[in-house]
Amino acid sequence: MKDGFLLEVQDLHVSVGEKEILKGVNLQIKKGEVHAIFGPNGSGKTTLLNAMMGFAGYTVTGNIIFGGRDISRLPINERAKMGIGISFQRPPVIRGVKLRRLIETSAKRNGKFLEAYAKNLNLVDFLEREVNVGFSGGEIKRAELLQLILQDPDLVLLDEPESGVDLENIALIGEYTNHLLGRKREPNKKKTMKELYRERKKSGLIITHTGHILDYVNVDVGYILMQGRIACQANPRDILHTIRECGFEECFRCFRGEGKNVNREKN
Amino acid sequence: MSTGKKTNSQPADDLDLSVYREETAEHPPLDDLSQLSPEDKTVLLMTGIDPSGKERSGSFFQKDHSVIHCQTDFDGAEIMSATAARKKYNGLTEYWGKVVPADKDIYTRRAEEHQEHGYYIRSLPGVNVHYPLQACLYLTEDKLAQDVHNIIIAEEGSNLNIITGCATAPGVRSGLHVGISEFFVKKGATISFTMIHNWAEEMAVRPRSAVIVEEGGTFISNYICLVPAKNLQMYPAATLKGKGAVATFNSVLLARPGSFMDVGSRIILRGEGSRGEVVSRVVSTGGTVIARGHLVGETPGIRAHLECKGLLLSDKGRIHAIPELEGKTSDLEMSHEAAVGKIAQEEVEYLMARGLSEQEATTLIIKGFLSLDIVGLPADLKKELERMIEETDTEAM
Repeated sequence: MKDGFLLEVQDLHVSVGEKEILKGVNLQIKKGEVHAIFGPNGSGKTTLLNAMMGFAGYTVTGNIIFGGRDISRLPINERAKMGIGISFQRPPVIRGVKLRRLIETSAKRNGKFLEAYAKNLNLVDFLEREVNVGFSGGEIKRAELLQLILQDPDLVLLDEPESGVDLENIALIGEYTNHLLGRKREPNKKKTMKELYRERKKSGLIITHTGHILDYVNVDVGYILMQGRIACQANPRDILHTIRECGFEECFRCFRGEGKNVNREKN
Repeated sequence: MSTGKKTNSQPADDLDLSVYREETAEHPPLDDLSQLSPEDKTVLLMTGIDPSGKERSGSFFQKDHSVIHCQTDFDGAEIMSATAARKKYNGLTEYWGKVVPADKDIYTRRAEEHQEHGYYIRSLPGVNVHYPLQACLYLTEDKLAQDVHNIIIAEEGSNLNIITGCATAPGVRSGLHVGISEFFVKKGATISFTMIHNWAEEMAVRPRSAVIVEEGGTFISNYICLVPAKNLQMYPAATLKGKGAVATFNSVLLARPGSFMDVGSRIILRGEGSRGEVVSRVVSTGGTVIARGHLVGETPGIRAHLECKGLLLSDKGRIHAIPELEGKTSDLEMSHEAAVGKIAQEEVEYLMARGLSEQEATTLIIKGFLSLDIVGLPADLKKELERMIEETDTEAM
């Protein structure tokens, strides 16, 4: 990690079957940084996270350097043990396995705080229920967060953490997503911003379609992924604003190099 | 074994019975099951039998052809040798052979002819036998045949819990076990019957069981077999005679290479408003399982469901689910759901993303699959079942 990047993705090509989904993605995340990826449906956002985690069904070329080591050939659990954690958008149900059992069996650095976090996330009763069986959208997200907080990864991959979550749950999920990323939004009168930045040890990569999570989590860098390529890197709030005002149409136009007023090269 | 054969019905004469010995010496009685050897105790614990008798209302222990131990401190129930009970109660003519006819097949005929004990268990009217009575049928000699006949009666309004463990001693490889079991659930009574098989690899096993449930009665059967069994065939049947009678059959089977299990459960719903449920979980790591189920609806308004789920973990294994629904009147509700497949890759990857190795993930999923949440099972027995599944060696799969 001489260059200071916790994660460096180099010229990543990912195919599913014959179809190339990612066509040369490059990105770098420093320790303590949280990045967000925006993009229309089908642009390859989930594929990027899944390929980084090592799930089956993807043919991967290029490098995924994590903590100075190329992990692109490692099995999923090795990546997890090295400190990468992922929250699933639609996790499978595991029949007959209680959530408590899954967490106790999983890799965890924060295991002793299980009861406390379960309480904070309103999941105490869910510990004795089968994993994801009959969970609502918000319950699934909270259960994913609980597992990740206890796993305490250095790099957190979040796939649409706000999707399917009702208003009641979104604030709680936002709060604990920050917690997972080792951040607090409130100003801290005892410490300078510089000091707070230095304390940031957790990195994250968040996929978001709607951008709602940005109302709760401060993100350092934003990308737009389009047709398998990083189309643009910019301030995440600017990206969100553009998408909210103009939709991804504007991004398409820019990506194709149309119009003079938009500069597709990052400055 | 029966690959390619017709599997419409269970074959009735598929074993060569001449290889088994009928005679053996009597074993001396045992005052206390805690006097058993440590090896025997280990086997029994994996069969649901607690040699300490702790949290049990009474124990029955039959070694080969001898009842070597039988005791209960509980006044509300009887437990004794079926042979002794016949002597005591005029041949038990009201019950003996009444639901499993002696001439049903060659196994019931031979059990009638060669019968050596078996147990008689009866709960008195209105009594709640909270802690289970435990009965163990133990085989300690190679190539021996054990033929037993069990009679189980829950008198009106009583509640009876039974654990039956059938096992072979360490060192025994083969043998034949034929067990007739006749259950009588009287008005408003409940029998919760858990049977755990822990046989040697070469055993041939032929239980023949039937149940009569009267008005408002409940019969719950839990059958667990997590060890190899060369040839196991059974198809217990419950007839719900009375109004509002209920029967549930739960089966958990693990078939390893070389195992052949042909296991079904049948419920005949005759009483008005009667309900039935057959649930099975089957894992094959290379063995063959025929998982049968048969619901017969004879009265309007009955409800019944049949569920069979199978996990096939090896190309050498076979799971053949044969669910049958037979409606004999309109206005009834019977359904079934059967699924046979492999472990979902998605589930394995989910667990691996949490740091479990592929093997650990697979094991956890299998154990979860087998740990059927059995409603109405006493808490301690539930724990015991969980422990058994936990200790099942899935690494070797």
